[in-house]
Amino acid sequence: MITLTHYLVLSALLFGLGLYAVLTRRNSVAMLMGIELMLNAANINLVAFNKYAAPGAMQGQIFALIVITIAACEAAVGLALILAAYRRFETTYVDELDTMKG
Amino acid sequence: MVGEALAFYLLAAITLASGIVVVTSPNLVHSAVALVPALLGVTGLYILLNAEFLAGVQVLIYAGGITVLILFVIMLTEGATGLRVPQRNEQGPIGAAVAGAAAAVLIAVATRTPWAHGAGVLPSYTPGAIGESFLGPNLLLFEGTSVVLLVTLVGAILIARKED
Amino acid sequence: MTSLVWVIPLLPLAAFVAVTFWGERLPGRGAYVSIAGIVLAGAAGLVVLADVIGGARADVTYTWLTLGTRPLVVGFVVDPLSAVMLAMVGVVASLITIYSVGYMAGDPRYPRFFAYLSLFQFSMLFLVLADNLLFIYAGWELVGLCSYLLIGFWFERPAASRAALKAFVVTRVGDFSMMIGILLLFLHTGSLRFDEIFRALGAGTFGGPTLTLAALLVFGGAVGKSAQVPLHVWLPDAMEGPTPVSALIHAATMVAAGVYLVARAYPLFFLTPGHQALTIVAYVGGITALAGATMGLVENDIKRVLAYSTMSQLGYMFLGLGTLGYTAGMFHLLTHAVFKALLFLAAGSIIHAVGTNDMKRMGGLTRALPVTFWTFLIGTLALTAIPPFAGFFSKDAILVAAYLHDKTLWGLGLAGAFLTSLYMGRLCWFTFAGTYRGGDPEAAHGAPHESPRVMTVPLIILAALAVVLGWVGADVFGNPFARFISFPELTAAPGTLGLVGASLAAAVLGWAAAGALYPWRLVSPAALRQGLPWLYTLLVRKYYVDVVYDWVFVRGGAVIVWIADAFDRYAIDGLVNLLGWLARQVGFGVRVLQTGREETYLLLAALGALVIVVVRLVW
Repeated sequence: MITLTHYLVLSALLFGLGLYAVLTRRNSVAMLMGIELMLNAANINLVAFNKYAAPGAMQGQIFALIVITIAACEAAVGLALILAAYRRFETTYVDELDTMKG
Repeated sequence: MVGEALAFYLLAAITLASGIVVVTSPNLVHSAVALVPALLGVTGLYILLNAEFLAGVQVLIYAGGITVLILFVIMLTEGATGLRVPQRNEQGPIGAAVAGAAAAVLIAVATRTPWAHGAGVLPSYTPGAIGESFLGPNLLLFEGTSVVLLVTLVGAILIARKED
Repeated sequence: MTSLVWVIPLLPLAAFVAVTFWGERLPGRGAYVSIAGIVLAGAAGLVVLADVIGGARADVTYTWLTLGTRPLVVGFVVDPLSAVMLAMVGVVASLITIYSVGYMAGDPRYPRFFAYLSLFQFSMLFLVLADNLLFIYAGWELVGLCSYLLIGFWFERPAASRAALKAFVVTRVGDFSMMIGILLLFLHTGSLRFDEIFRALGAGTFGGPTLTLAALLVFGGAVGKSAQVPLHVWLPDAMEGPTPVSALIHAATMVAAGVYLVARAYPLFFLTPGHQALTIVAYVGGITALAGATMGLVENDIKRVLAYSTMSQLGYMFLGLGTLGYTAGMFHLLTHAVFKALLFLAAGSIIHAVGTNDMKRMGGLTRALPVTFWTFLIGTLALTAIPPFAGFFSKDAILVAAYLHDKTLWGLGLAGAFLTSLYMGRLCWFTFAGTYRGGDPEAAHGAPHESPRVMTVPLIILAALAVVLGWVGADVFGNPFARFISFPELTAAPGTLGLVGASLAAAVLGWAAAGALYPWRLVSPAALRQGLPWLYTLLVRKYYVDVVYDWVFVRGGAVIVWIADAFDRYAIDGLVNLLGWLARQVGFGVRVLQTGREETYLLLAALGALVIVVVRLVW
């Protein structure tokens, strides 16, 4: 039978994948995709806890809902920034944006 | 129960496999497209967790809106053309180590803690419960989020606007 | 007058200050001021001497400072010993300073020379008037400094600089020994003043082996300053300095300071058990007397021959003092000052005329330099102890004292007298006889000619003194010198005819030997050299003493220096460099925090969060 732990392990793995993408990918859009994966992993955690550990209230799912909303906002703004940066520097590769490199 | 287990493992496999494609594919468009089954897998998991409303929202917003947004931006920038460019930066091994360590810590905590089983049961009709919650105890949250959305709207337009 | 005696050293000191700061603009470019300083001091010295002969004595003291409950009292003493030294230094230094006007004419650093001379004169006068060991040590060091400055006066010549350094360092060894001795005396008697120390010795509170040790340590200073074996090596090299310097410092005055010190501190030596310290002094003197004479025999540089002669004669003075011939030793100091200064100044006149020090390039100068020749001859006769000249009486007195004390020492002295005549005869032969061998015409500006009067007049005065001075110590005239300068428990023994005859015979035989070797060619010097090559090499190499010192001290010291340098460079600098290197490495490490690259920051953030979580969980 599927317990809370299963979900937690799954989300941990998903989180790890997302983190790996953020830390190692060169393209900023790819980094953003990693962020989305991490957010989803967190959401899975929230909902799973809601069902297994605190089923009396809806807090977990509401929290996850808000997270999705905010994630959407963040993706929008982030992509707008990437576009703006692309217009300015002609690149979306993070390691080529190095004017602050000392 | 067997069905639940089967469903869980299937969905987990889909999610993780797609996730791997997302994070490792040298082709950016492949990555973006692989994001869809990953998010849909998560949707399935929500349904398993009795969060139907959430599942719907996930499909609409995430799998629908955000992935499309990402694909738009990929096309507008150079991402689609850089097929022969290495996609991994020089932090590869360290990044993998850190990510792996993070996952390991989380798994270790998850498996060793005896989680308390809460009392009560989830309402069967979740959208209603969520709606009541938003217009009740979590009203502030609701309104605040809408403000954030408004600000995001304005901000994104401002940022992405062409300067002339 | 005697209570104002402390003014006397101040006269040349004032001259020194004046010439140092305003030398060029003073009359005679500083020379006349310097001369005035020392002539006034010399005249005052003669007045003091007259007073002391008349019975005046003085001890002018001054409490310098109080150390706790003990006051440090210093001062100047006027007694026969210091009065004689005062007068001698004053007169001889005056003549030499006047002579220098001629000798140093045209030198680019002319005023500086006179300034140094005045400083030296102050130091020497200060030394002889001191009534305590502190002042003596101060004067000691000052004359050493002046010696260094004056030997290396022509410092562009590397040989001169090296010689100055050698003199300073070698005498330093002696000075160090002396300082330890002074400290020992202070430790045991609580005072540095001679009269208080002697009182402690007389009271019997201090004696035995410790006293011998202290006396010998103090004697160590004299060994260095007076160029006795084994600290004699600096004196021949010191001839690099201008000839007036050699005359003043390294013949008449500074090197005599060692003898003066032993005489002044005589009770220190006399009261050691069995006169042990005196015996050592006598043997050091005797060995030096003989060794110096042997080394002078093979030198070709006229000044070096005279330097070895000085070393040898100083040995005689210590021989005299050491064999209880207190009066004899001091008398010889006085006469030697006169005739050695004469010889050096005359040699300077010769060098001035021919342009070189090398005797092998001189010759036939009797007609060209008549005054120089005759005065030099008088000096030579005085040195070789031919009557009626001064050296005869003084050296004879020493040999008498030696005979009565220790026959071995008498033998050494006699052998030395023989050799003295031999090397001086050789010197005269090469320098004056035969035909002129060319010299160095370029350095001499022309053919040899007599020196100007400013140089020859001092020669004549000194020659006159060399003739008559001996008679103040002659038994024939009742030996007034002995009545004037003597040590309370000793009486100068009159010489017997036999002894006098023996010493005279030695001297005359030496002259005869010189005659046999050179003018009459009975024996050929070349044959001697080839017959005894090992002896010749030994003498020419100065008994290899310089070689030994070079290997042990100079090169040995270089090894220590090398070790210290390596330690400094690798250990200490290495440590400092290590710190710098470490700082750099830490910088490199910390730099990662601010690369300006986004991916680094993300990594650090993730890593940091992870670490916090893990630490929170584990603790």
